[in-house]
Parts: sequence; structure tokens; C-alpha cells
Amino acid sequence: MENTITIFVEDRNGTVNPLEAPTDMSLSLMELLVASEYDVLATCGGMALCATCCVDVLEGEDSLSEMSDDEYAMLDTLPDLLPNSRLACQLKLNNKMHNLKVRLHGAG
Amino acid sequence: MIQTDIAIIGAGPVGLFAVFEAGLLKMRCHLIDYLPQIGGQLSEIYPKKPIYDIPGYPSVLAQELIDNLKEQISPFHPGYTLGERIEGLEKRGEADFVLTTNMGTQIEAKAVVIAGGLGCFEPRKPAVEGLEAFENGKGVNYMILEPETYRDKHMVLAGGGDSALDWTIHLAGIARKVVLVHRSESFRGAPDSVNKVMQLAEEGKIDLVLNANLTQVHGNGRLHSVSMEDSKTKEQKTIETDYLIPLFGLSPKLGPIEGWNLNIDKNAIEVNTEDYSTNIPGIWAIGDINTYKNKLKLILCGFHEAALMSHSAYKYINPGVKYTMKYTTVNGINEF
Repeated sequence: MENTITIFVEDRNGTVNPLEAPTDMSLSLMELLVASEYDVLATCGGMALCATCCVDVLEGEDSLSEMSDDEYAMLDTLPDLLPNSRLACQLKLNNKMHNLKVRLHGAG
Repeated sequence: MIQTDIAIIGAGPVGLFAVFEAGLLKMRCHLIDYLPQIGGQLSEIYPKKPIYDIPGYPSVLAQELIDNLKEQISPFHPGYTLGERIEGLEKRGEADFVLTTNMGTQIEAKAVVIAGGLGCFEPRKPAVEGLEAFENGKGVNYMILEPETYRDKHMVLAGGGDSALDWTIHLAGIARKVVLVHRSESFRGAPDSVNKVMQLAEEGKIDLVLNANLTQVHGNGRLHSVSMEDSKTKEQKTIETDYLIPLFGLSPKLGPIEGWNLNIDKNAIEVNTEDYSTNIPGIWAIGDINTYKNKLKLILCGFHEAALMSHSAYKYINPGVKYTMKYTTVNGINEF
């Protein structure tokens, strides 16, 4: 379907589920995860301030936008950061992200 | 002791506007905020950013909104306790609360409104087993308050952000030995600081341990040594030290509020949407810190919540007194 992509999300129990996501509503991955009732606090509401929406990208990292300085600075404070960690709130959904696979970061 | 009708925890836009709504009902307010200035995240984090969804303002800078709110509530002369964090809440008698800050300031209030936004920003702790045992003066600190404490001591700092770099540079001339442990092999902090740290390491004035994660802390009552693992080779290494300072930034937490027996869901306080009251009579929660079905974390929603809270608090403080809402166009604001 046009302007709908599939994103695979692995929760903290290791279960992977596909999520259908619209790309024409300027949603971020964080908003999609919250709307899909994943265990994501998203305390700061998308301002790259709390890192509670951190995900580890398992597949499709190349399709993602470059990291901003704000995102890097916030990620850099996480003690258990992985090389493939990103803040879901900084990832605006677009058609290139079809079949992206992410895992919720850390213990929640 | 400070005495007021309503103690408002949090001086962000919603806490400030609550003073106005309470003022219309002739209730006095006292605002308390851990930040040294009013305005919450608007003043602290994005004072120059435009906000586009405040009714009546096509665009308003965050700080401008706070300045306007301050002016709007000035007829009601709120009290301010800034730079202090509420630690304790005690219920006295039927209706009164006594709040105590970390500096010992006490505020007696008939009602309490929590407008704490994102909560308090607290140091983020690495997942190292047993770390807590060495907190509170036993060797593990999450912030450096008085650098002289560390004179001629052995220190391990952990982290890769600006604060880890800056403190490494500062403490290099004070501590006997500074070891900086960082998870990656490069730093993305301010280039000047990165260069300075690299130079200090080359000159042997500090030790850099890169690609390493803290794994264990050891000691008997007091910290004695810290273990770390090389993230590539998995090799373990233990360093004797007087202090370990993990510097991994700040993360928003509810803080002491968590211990007040309020119903909490995912770091937010559950409220009744009829009046934004919590499960404890006399305590309301408004703005980003509360949660309910279909909650939107918007300033304009917080303003609405402040209005409903005020009418509910009025009834709580003045039981049996009939009050009908009056328009400011009819009545003005009746300064006090």
C-alpha cells in the first residue's frame, strides 16, 4: 500500500511483531511505539531529552536519517549504549524505512 | 514556616497559570521548583523556541510565554521557593499539609498541587551490581559538588559526554590520579575538551581506558576498587580507587513524589479527569506529570486542568461554601 510501511519491533521479552505504519502523518517511530502500546515511557514527548524511547536497530540502519547533535549528545549519556542505538523520537517515519527492524533498548 | 492556601510543586507554565486560576477564587499560592528560575523546561531547555499552539498567539517564544504568565499572575503575589526540591510531605490534622524541601524550608498549605512536568532530573546510573552500597559518601558519587574533596585522591570517572571530559580536565590537576573510562574509542564532546583530554593522556597526567564498560565495584564498607571489561576482547581489569564518579547525564524521574502513596502509572500520576485530583484528598496533579485516558501533554491542556483543579481545591478548602464561576470580563481580577 502506498505510504504504509511495515516495521518489526522486538519487545523486551524477545517477541517480534510487525507494525503497519503510515508515512504521511509525520509520525516518529516513538509515537508509533507509544500508539501501539509498547512499554516506552517517552517522558519528554520527543525532544531528545530523556532517552526513554531508545531502540537498537537490528535491520535497516542505512535507511535512517543522520543523527543530530542533540540525539547524539543524549545517546552518549546512556551507560549501556550500543553502536546501533537510536532515539525513536528522532526517527520520522518515511517510505525508505520499510521493513526496518528494531528492538526496545535496555530493561525499560 | 511559610503558610499558604495552595502549595504548587513546579513553576512551569501550568504551575504558574494555576496561581492565576486560584487567585480568581481568592486562594493564595506558593510555588516551589528545583530549578533556580521559574518557567520549567521552557526557560531551562528551550527559551528561544517558538510555540505555535497557545490559543491567541500565532507564535510565542517559550521564555516570552513564561514572562507573560509571570506578569499575569503578579496581582495574586505568589510566593516562590526556587532551587529547592520538595523531599517530604506530611499531613497534619484534617486539612493541612506540611511540605519540607531538601534545604529544610517548610511550607504549610491547605492543598497541594503537583505541576512537576517531566519530574526531577536525576543522575543516570550505570547497571553495575552493588553500586548503591557505595553511595552516600562511601566512594560513589554521581556529581561533583566540591572538587577539593578529591585532592590527592585516586579517582575513576566514567562517561563520554561533556561533563565527563570537563571534570577529567579539571580534576587532573587536583586528584592524585584520574582514570577516565569510556565505552567507545572516540568522544563526541566539544572538540577542545576532547583534544585536551587526549593531550593529558599522552602526557601521562591521566589514564584513559577506552572501549570499556564498568562491570563491578568492590570494597568493604567503602569503595576500594572498580572492575571493567574491554568491550572487544572481554578482558577484565581492576583498578584500585578512592572514588568512582559515573557521569552519564540526567534522566527525568518523579523523585521523592514516588514515595507519597499516589497512584502512579509509567512515571506519571493518575488523576480523576473531573477535577484532576489524585487518589489522596487534598492533592491534585496537573500538566505533563499527570496521566489519564487520552491525555495530551500540551500546555493548553495543562491550563484547562489548572482551572478545574482550582474550583475543586476551592471546594476542598472551603467546604459548604457555595461559589459560582465568574467571568473576568464581568468581575475583573480583584487583585490581593
